[in-house]
Amino acid sequence: MTLLDWMPFSVLLPLIAAPVCALLPGRLLPWALAFTAVAGSAVISAFVLPAAIEEPLRYAFGNWPPPIGIEYRVDAVNALLALLISAMAVVMLPWARLSVNQEVPERQGPFYALFLLAMAGLMGITLTGDAFNVFVFLEISSLSTYALVAHGRNRASLLSAFRYLIMGTLGATFYLIGIGLLYIMTGTLNMADLAERIPEVADTNAVRAAFGFIIIGLGLKLALFPLHRWLPGAYANAPSATTVFIAATATKVAVYVLLRMVFTVFGVEFALNMPYREVFFTLGAIGILFASVSAIDQPTAKRMLAYSSVAQIGYIALAISLVSVAGLAAGLVHIFNHALMKGALFMAVGAVIYRLGSDRIEDFNGLAKSMPWTMLAFVLAGLSIIGVPLTAGFISKWALIQAAIAEGNWIAVVIVLVGSLLAVVYIGRIAEAAYLRPAPENRPAIGEVGPGLMIPLWILIAANFYFGIDTSLTLGVATRGAEVLMGTGP
Amino acid sequence: MNPQLLIIGLLATPLIGALLISQAGRWPNLRETITLVTAASLFGLATQLIDPVVNGAGASLVLAEPLPGLQIAFDVEPLGLIFTLLASLLWLVTSVYSIGYMRGNDEPRQTPYYAFFAIAISGAMGVAMAGNLLTLFIFYEVLTLSTWPLVTHKQNAAARAGGRVYMGVLLATSIGLFLPAIIWTWVVAGTTDFTPGGILLDRIEPTAAAVLLGLFVLGIGKAAVMPMHRWLPAAMVAPTPVSALLHAVAVVKAGVFTITKVVIYIFGLDFLATVPLEKYLVYLAGFTVIAASIVALKQVEIKRMLAYSTISQLSYIVLAALVLAPFAEIGAAVHIVAHAFGKITLFFCAGAIYVASKKTRVDQLRGIGHRMPWTMVAFAIGALSMIGVPPTAGFVSKWYIIAGAFQVENFFVLAVFMASTALNAAYFLPIIFRSFFRPEDEAPPVEHGEAPWPMVAALAFTAFGTIAFFLFNGPIVEIEARMLEVAK
Repeated sequence: MTLLDWMPFSVLLPLIAAPVCALLPGRLLPWALAFTAVAGSAVISAFVLPAAIEEPLRYAFGNWPPPIGIEYRVDAVNALLALLISAMAVVMLPWARLSVNQEVPERQGPFYALFLLAMAGLMGITLTGDAFNVFVFLEISSLSTYALVAHGRNRASLLSAFRYLIMGTLGATFYLIGIGLLYIMTGTLNMADLAERIPEVADTNAVRAAFGFIIIGLGLKLALFPLHRWLPGAYANAPSATTVFIAATATKVAVYVLLRMVFTVFGVEFALNMPYREVFFTLGAIGILFASVSAIDQPTAKRMLAYSSVAQIGYIALAISLVSVAGLAAGLVHIFNHALMKGALFMAVGAVIYRLGSDRIEDFNGLAKSMPWTMLAFVLAGLSIIGVPLTAGFISKWALIQAAIAEGNWIAVVIVLVGSLLAVVYIGRIAEAAYLRPAPENRPAIGEVGPGLMIPLWILIAANFYFGIDTSLTLGVATRGAEVLMGTGP
Repeated sequence: MNPQLLIIGLLATPLIGALLISQAGRWPNLRETITLVTAASLFGLATQLIDPVVNGAGASLVLAEPLPGLQIAFDVEPLGLIFTLLASLLWLVTSVYSIGYMRGNDEPRQTPYYAFFAIAISGAMGVAMAGNLLTLFIFYEVLTLSTWPLVTHKQNAAARAGGRVYMGVLLATSIGLFLPAIIWTWVVAGTTDFTPGGILLDRIEPTAAAVLLGLFVLGIGKAAVMPMHRWLPAAMVAPTPVSALLHAVAVVKAGVFTITKVVIYIFGLDFLATVPLEKYLVYLAGFTVIAASIVALKQVEIKRMLAYSTISQLSYIVLAALVLAPFAEIGAAVHIVAHAFGKITLFFCAGAIYVASKKTRVDQLRGIGHRMPWTMVAFAIGALSMIGVPPTAGFVSKWYIIAGAFQVENFFVLAVFMASTALNAAYFLPIIFRSFFRPEDEAPPVEHGEAPWPMVAALAFTAFGTIAFFLFNGPIVEIEARMLEVAK
């Protein structure tokens, strides 16, 4: 089998493993199967990436050539994202075992099955070259994510999951309407074909409406301000393992679809005739400021990080509103880097929840003495969110500011910097509680968490610093991907 | 030893020291031995750099390239060499002093204290040796972050509040102003390397260059040019050795050092002379000199008074760098050293007074000169150096800066220096006078003499250095003069 034959299995492995996983009894077996499937997927993705950078890989399902069949089309952009999703899953699953044992004590088979479905859905969205197929995988991953969120320990998680379901379904429906309109106008669902045929019919209201529906639908999915209301609750009330994974990947995949639709399918010219720039710039900018300020006075750490995620999506929106290779590269690199830092932060908070059963900010008081390594990891990942040099976050900020300066967009520069400073405040709030405030007298003696939770966390911390120094993979591939999207590269 | 290895050694030695210190918490004597050995070896390594840098072979090293064309690179030039030597020598002295202070005061959490101290020194080394703005920025932030645990050492409400202001101002200025200035420089010049003669000539509009210079001067918050000075008084909640070495030498000098490097190696003196509005920054620095002195006059806490004095003295250096006269640039570099010796002596004295008598206020010092003669003589020497009276170090730098002001006929600078000399005398001389020639008000709560001997030894050493620098400043002036020739 060639690499091309293997490539679809990065989606199929978790998809096939999911139903089997649901039937497996006990705790170890479902986990082991899930890990095997995910690891296989990651290995395939790792091999696909260098090949896809050279030349886009195309795979026609069932040997039906497009536009009749569904085509997978993998270039630098989605290969990077696929590697990110599968690698995050590989790092997260060993961490999840302990956390899930505590938070989801029973029926773990279905839980891991749902996780595999969510992951397969995300991988599928990423790799497919068919606009309708995107919708199918979007629903697979969304439905399973709603169920994963509902696995949380308190009743609020049911409410949050329901809210997520309503908003997510709205988003998917809007996307579907948009695709439907495009199909009526062009007669195809294959992205490459769409890209060829849309210019002929670009000057019609139907295509403009399709653009609007798709943007709003995806805006809901990626939690673009002000469509973000579902996100904080979903992140805060989901089981920690779910939060780590979806925070690192789910909204990022929606950003990817957005980029693909806007730049590959509709094309830069069409987008610039629509108020694409203005909308994303404005919403991104307001989102950064609003969400960062909101993060400051949240009662719990997970909610705080959730609002921080909304702010980070604002950075990405701001970056892709610049419509330049440097801007898109900054957005793509932040998708990658943000997964590393937010994954690490949610893992650190998850470890605190594992020990303490709470993530209220005041419960962090004096925690640095009982859990020094967890809190150190939290602070280091926090530095990456702030964008301190030598961290991955610094590279993101640098790339974004540089792109903004090159476009002469000084407002963007100011907003990015103000956002960083607000991050100092919300990260500093927890750091101050953990390091400078005395522990409450009545807290039972707790110790550091074991290696099962610690090692994956520190792998991500190490990655945060590694990708802050060696950016050939992240920034290099992101730049390549941006060239592909802008149509200036291979 | 080969210069590349030396650079790595200078960065790594304090880090290795910090690691060992953190593991030696249970054995205080071993822990302090590690600190002293680390500091001594660091100074030893720094002296090895003199020969390659002064005799032209140079010392540079590229560690990594995180962004295309942007390296983490080191290149030691004369100014950096002086800063390296200064910080490493005074770390050794401060370590001796710290032992007396921390033990004499029975401070808690001494292990993290010594460990973070070492990390901060590594940050200072990185700033001193940085070969471009990106590298400098990285270590600038290391210095900010590693000193936060030191500032908040006491972990009470005052320490938390001070820590918040400290972090808030330093990170807000560095991320909010300094970083965009660096990125802007990179976008227009395509490099951020420190290059003799500057890199911005013909690459940026003079008006835009004025904005850029403003971003640099205000963004380098560690130089404490008003209105970015608030973090320095806030940092005084730290234990006194921290105030002495970090907030009179390593951190604040990293700030003025950075400004001097930006002036000489990024803008270049000739280009800067054509930048409009540049003189307004001179006025801002001049205002800081005077205003901080007036605020210092009204302080009752000794350490806060010294902090405002530091703000004023730092702006001497900024002012001197921005006067754009060759003599003044030499004066700026000399004052980095001269002020360091004088001010660290003053802080050492304040700490010694606190450990011996628990006194922290200016008005409690009547007659204390009789109980602590060594300390107060050293205090007097430090104070004279702040005022700029011979035979102290402060006189030398003032001489060069004023000479520079004459070179370019900048009489504003002259007026600032005269006014500030008078103000400095107004807040230092009464203290010295009262401590020797006024009787004590009443018997102090505790009978005391001098502070523990390591503290007295340290402050005697730096006071001696303050006078010695007056007599033997030739090599430093010569190195700086050569640097300026190259920069031309």
